[in-house]
Amino acid sequence: MVLDARDMIQPAAAASEKNIQEVLAQGAAGVSLRSVTKKYGSFTAVENLLLDIPAGSYCCLLGPSGCGKTTTLRMIAGHESITSGDIYIGDRRVNALPPAKRNTAMMFQNYALFPHKTVWQNVEFGLRMRRVPTAERRVRVGEILELVGLSQTSDRKPDQLSGGQQQRIALARALVTRPQVLMLDEPLSALDENLRVRMRSELRNIQKQFGLTFIQVTHHVEEAFSLSDQIVVMDHGHIDQVATPSDLFAKPASKFVAKFIGDNNIFAGTVLNAVPDSDGLDMIELAVAGLGSIFSRGQATSVGQTAACSVRPDLLTIVSTAADAPSPQANHLTARVVDVELTGYVTRVGLLTEATGQELLYKVRTADWADAGISEGQAVTLRWSAHDCVFLAD
Amino acid sequence: MSKTWTVFKPYLLAAPQAIALAVFLVFPIVLIGVVSFWEFNGYSMTPAFTLDNYIGIFTSQVTLKTYLNTFKFVGLVWLATLLIAYPVAFFLSFHIKKLKWQVLLFLICTIPFWTSNIIRMISWVPLLGKAGLVNQLLMGVGLINQPLEFLLYSDFAVVLGMVHLYIIFMIAPIFNSLMRIDRTLITAAEDMGASGFDVFKEIILPLSAPGIAIGSIFVVTLVMGEFVTVRLMGGGQAASIGKLIQTQIGSLQYPLAAANAIILLTVTLVVVFSILRVVNIRKEL
Repeated sequence: MVLDARDMIQPAAAASEKNIQEVLAQGAAGVSLRSVTKKYGSFTAVENLLLDIPAGSYCCLLGPSGCGKTTTLRMIAGHESITSGDIYIGDRRVNALPPAKRNTAMMFQNYALFPHKTVWQNVEFGLRMRRVPTAERRVRVGEILELVGLSQTSDRKPDQLSGGQQQRIALARALVTRPQVLMLDEPLSALDENLRVRMRSELRNIQKQFGLTFIQVTHHVEEAFSLSDQIVVMDHGHIDQVATPSDLFAKPASKFVAKFIGDNNIFAGTVLNAVPDSDGLDMIELAVAGLGSIFSRGQATSVGQTAACSVRPDLLTIVSTAADAPSPQANHLTARVVDVELTGYVTRVGLLTEATGQELLYKVRTADWADAGISEGQAVTLRWSAHDCVFLAD
Repeated sequence: MSKTWTVFKPYLLAAPQAIALAVFLVFPIVLIGVVSFWEFNGYSMTPAFTLDNYIGIFTSQVTLKTYLNTFKFVGLVWLATLLIAYPVAFFLSFHIKKLKWQVLLFLICTIPFWTSNIIRMISWVPLLGKAGLVNQLLMGVGLINQPLEFLLYSDFAVVLGMVHLYIIFMIAPIFNSLMRIDRTLITAAEDMGASGFDVFKEIILPLSAPGIAIGSIFVVTLVMGEFVTVRLMGGGQAASIGKLIQTQIGSLQYPLAAANAIILLTVTLVVVFSILRVVNIRKEL
């Protein structure tokens, strides 16, 4: 059996719950990485990380595998030493402290529940290791199990629980020691798609409810977008961008981010001209080989530099070439529809530019695509505004 | 037709194994059980139902002492193999990081077992004998004046030989169960404040208990019936029930040997079932 996410946030009418909720919320601490570097021999896993995670926020470290996100998490938790730099939790420097002394807790991929211990013993473990007296242990384990709605399973072994219940036990086990920061290492990757979406909102609810600091590692873009207050995009041991989900979506800061967070269309070229726009940004004209000028906005680099610009696939408009008419949108090019993929509400349309053969993607509401009456193989004109096109310096 | 076939197919498939077990295991044991109640007068045995053989065993001081001696061997060998095998298996699975090296080193552990038991036992003789290498060395460096007598043809030698013979049966299952322990469990325990000793006591030891149980069953059952090592390494000085049974068979006292065999089998089964009661080994299989 799996409880609905709503069951979790219903107050269980216990006075103690308020109590523990307050205790957890008060304890939340921010995390700060100052020039943190980790080297394995000659291999640099992460280099010169600068990052501030505010107390009480949900932060996702996002990136492809091998980008250093798990190493970063493990360094904050204390399971990995740092080569240089400082890590602060709250205002404590924790560089040399062992994991248990950092007031953090970690939730592991596949949860790492102890298979030979009952649910109760699993949750109790952290308190026992900290030599908390028996009577207090009983109270605290009881209240946290009630909080996650699994009091009735306390005598069972983890393998007798469903995936969702296991996640909640893992969460209870992590929260019972009242950590200042909770770290989550790809906690949802073991679940199937449906459960993943439900557990995602459950995690988010718990984080909001307690005002805890959550730091989660994920390679799943959608997961990061749906959970985070702050997303840290990492690549090759560096932080590429730190931003809120909406900022990240609207204004990717680098070619890598633009590619990684979605199917953005990217054009590379050289800066031809830059004019300050009304709002402090520059309107930049990029000369793209074979495609002519493409206009985008951002902080210009000097003329003649190589650079790129990116436009989201949902911000393009498509018109059949025959009905070509003047348009206020600055950018346009002709392309041929080569692939139409209906994925549900959204239809993904693959195109090749006529001039250079570059692959482009256009995403459109399925209903609108049907109205457009465009078929595969047809040549069309794509248009988009310079305001939707983000300039990416190299 | 097809319906009867569906009903009988599983039985037919199981039949060869069942027949083999019945003919080669159940039947001989039943036969031994039957013979153990036969009468025996020193020259011939006659089918009958008498408890004399069993009464004789339980009233004979010598036989009871031999039983105690056998249990002593079992206890000592079990303890020694466990104390040696656990650190070896632990080292292989936790301190050697690369799977390739783990497998290779484990194979090295098995190399002595590529030789026949008897040869391995006999090769102890020049080492441990009165004029053997160990005594020569100890006398050479002046630690002792007289050769140590207890090294060979003694209980010590028997236990040493059996530990040597059976240690791999302890190492392999423990190594296997240690290898199956999810390493993130250890990280998780450390994250919650467990010390190295806590991790061992709370996580590693309970999760390797099935391996210890399986290894213990192997060692206990093997040592219970031992007679070759007892004869070769014990000379005439050590006794075990296995050796007693062998002697009795040699002098054609089949009913007595059969009664001893039945008692030994019962004791062994009791030990095995006690181990199985304490530890759930099903997960390991």
